Amino acid sequence: MLLLPIRLVSLPQGKPVVSLASVVALVFALAACGGGANSSGASSSGGTTLVTLDGSSTVFPISEAVAEEFQKATAGVNVTVGISGTGGGFQKFCRGEIDIADASRPISASEVAACGKTGIEFIEMPVAYDGIAITVNPKAAWADKITVAELKTLWAPEAQGKVTKWNQIRASWPDREIHLFGAGVDSGTYDYFTEAINGKAKASRGDFTSSEDDNVLVQGISNDELAIGFLPFAYYEENAARLKLVPVDDDKADNGAGAVLPSPETIKIGSYQPLSRPVFIYVSKKAADRPEVQQFVEFYMKNAETLVREVNYVGLGPEIYGMVSDRFAKRHTGSVFSGQNTVGVTIDQLLNKERAQ
Amino acid sequence: MRKHADVIFEFVSLGALLVALAALAALVFDLVSDGGSRLSWQFLTNIASRNAENAGVYHALMGSIWVIALTGALALPAGVAAAIYLEEYGSRSRTARFIELNISNLAAVPSIIYGLLGLGLFVRLMAMGQSVMAGAATLALLALPVVIMSTREALRTVPNTIREGSYALGATKWQTIWNQVLPMALPGVLTGLILALSRAIGETAPLITIGALTYIPFAPDGIWSKFTVLPIQVFNWVSRPQPEFKANAAAGILVLMVLLLSMNAIAIVVRDRQQRRGRA
Repeated sequence: MLLLPIRLVSLPQGKPVVSLASVVALVFALAACGGGANSSGASSSGGTTLVTLDGSSTVFPISEAVAEEFQKATAGVNVTVGISGTGGGFQKFCRGEIDIADASRPISASEVAACGKTGIEFIEMPVAYDGIAITVNPKAAWADKITVAELKTLWAPEAQGKVTKWNQIRASWPDREIHLFGAGVDSGTYDYFTEAINGKAKASRGDFTSSEDDNVLVQGISNDELAIGFLPFAYYEENAARLKLVPVDDDKADNGAGAVLPSPETIKIGSYQPLSRPVFIYVSKKAADRPEVQQFVEFYMKNAETLVREVNYVGLGPEIYGMVSDRFAKRHTGSVFSGQNTVGVTIDQLLNKERAQ
Repeated sequence: MRKHADVIFEFVSLGALLVALAALAALVFDLVSDGGSRLSWQFLTNIASRNAENAGVYHALMGSIWVIALTGALALPAGVAAAIYLEEYGSRSRTARFIELNISNLAAVPSIIYGLLGLGLFVRLMAMGQSVMAGAATLALLALPVVIMSTREALRTVPNTIREGSYALGATKWQTIWNQVLPMALPGVLTGLILALSRAIGETAPLITIGALTYIPFAPDGIWSKFTVLPIQVFNWVSRPQPEFKANAAAGILVLMVLLLSMNAIAIVVRDRQQRRGRA
C-alpha cells in the first residue's frame, strides 16, 4: 500500500533497478560459493590433474617449452608456470603452494630453513647452462677481446664517473667515450654478472643504461658505436646480426687459454668462464609421489637437451641428465649447491658433485 | 583584435585535440602494421606456445574476461553503496570530509600496492589462492575509489526536488533512493564504472604480485580457477629474445583494445538507453 504512490511518481522505472539488484544477488551467490576455495596448487577440476611450477624468469622459457611438449604427449595433465622470481618461487615452494620451483641460483641457507620448517623435502636438479654475453656495436672494430680484469676496471663500483673512455681500459683503444649498457639491477643476470666480475653480487657502478627488458639493451648497443654491455646469451643469439660478440679471457689456462667466445660448445665444455652458470629446478619430494609430477620430471630430463637448445640455452649433455634422473628416481633429497657460489661451475665440477651424491 | 584572439584560441584548441587524436592514430597504425598480420581466428583460439606462429591468446583472453566481469560485479554494488551512504546518509561533518579526502587519495595509490594488499589479504589470509576471485577482488579494490567518486558526482546531479517530491508522497528515504535517485544517477554511475574497469583491464603489476600465472594451458573454468590475463601475456611476449614475438605482442594489444572498446560500447548503449528513458 505504501508503494502505490511511489509508483505513480517514479520517473525511470524498473529495468536498471532490476539489473542492479541482480548484480547484488550475483555477488552474494558468488560469496556463497566461497566455501569451495582451495589454496593448494595440487588440485584441479574436471578430472584433469595439475602440475604447478613457479620461480625464475630465466628458467621460465625452458619449463614452458617442456610443459608445452609434455601436454602434447600426455592427456589429462595440465601444467602451469609462473614468474615470481627465484626468491618468490622458493617462498611459494616452501609453503607447499607449488610442486616445482624454477631457480636461476641454488637454494639459499635461509630458504632451506624455511622449507625445513614446513617439512618440504626437495630434489635439486640442474637443467641447463645459462651464459652472459659481452657485446659491442658491430662498428667497434677495436674491441677484439676483453679480460675479466679489464671488465672489473670498467664495472667496479669505484669506476663510477672515473672510467669514461675506452683508452682508460686499454691504452690501445680509442680516446673516445664509452657507453655502458647492462641488465636491470633487479634481474638475476645483473646479480650474476656483478658476482662473477666484481666478486660481490649487486656491487657495480651505477652510471650505466640499465633495463629489465633485455631487448632495450640490444636496441641501445646496436645503435651506438661506443657502446659495450652485457646481456643473456639467448638475446645475443637472436640478434647476432646487430651485435658484435667480445671474447672473454679469464687469465686462467686450465679451461682453455686466451679469450673465449661464448657459444653453446664453449659454454658446455666450461671454457667460457666465468660468465656461465647452471640453472635448476627443485622438485618437492611429496609432490613427486603424485604420478603426474613424476611423469613430468622424467619427461623434463629426457627432453631437456633438445628443448633447452630450442629456447637458446645450453644443455648439460646426456651423461648429466642421466645421473640427475637417477637421483630423482632414488628421491635423493637435499642441496649440494646451497649457499654456494655457482659462478663458474663447470660441467666437470657438476659431474663430480653428481658422482659424489 | 578581440576577433583575432578568438580565432587563435579556436585553432589552438583544435590543435590540442588533433595531437591527442594523432597519438591514438599512430598507436593503432603501429600496432596494426606490426601485429595485424598475426590476427586470425587461430590466434584467438590457440594457447601460449614457445613458437611464435603457434602461440595464441585464448587462455589470456578468457582470463581477462572472467577477471574483469567479476571485478565489475564486486566493485559496482560496493562502490554504489558506499557512495549512497556518503552522499545521502552521511553528514557534512569533519569525519565525512576526512573520509572523502582518503577516498580521493586511494585513487592515486600505485596499483602494485593493491597487489601486495591482495596477496596478503585475499591470497593468503582468506585462502583464495591464485584464483580469478583473488585477482578480481584485488582489482575491485583498485576500481572502488573511482566508482565511489563518480557515483557521488552522479547522485549530486539528481535535483533535490525529486527527493522532496518523493518524500511528500510518503516514501521513506530508502524507497526514494532506490526508486528515484539511483535510476536517475545510473548513467553517471556507469560512466564511472567504465573508467574504473578500463584501468583495471590493463593492469599487470597487481596481478603478477598476487601470483597470476604466465604459462597456463587452459581457460578459467570457475572463479576459483588459476588464470592469466592479456597484459601479462603481452608483457611476456615483449620481453622475449625472439623478434617474431613482437608481432604477437602487438596483436595481443589489439585484442585487448577491441575487448576494452566493446566493453565500453556495451556500457555506453546501456547508459544512452537509460538517459532516454530518464527524459521520457
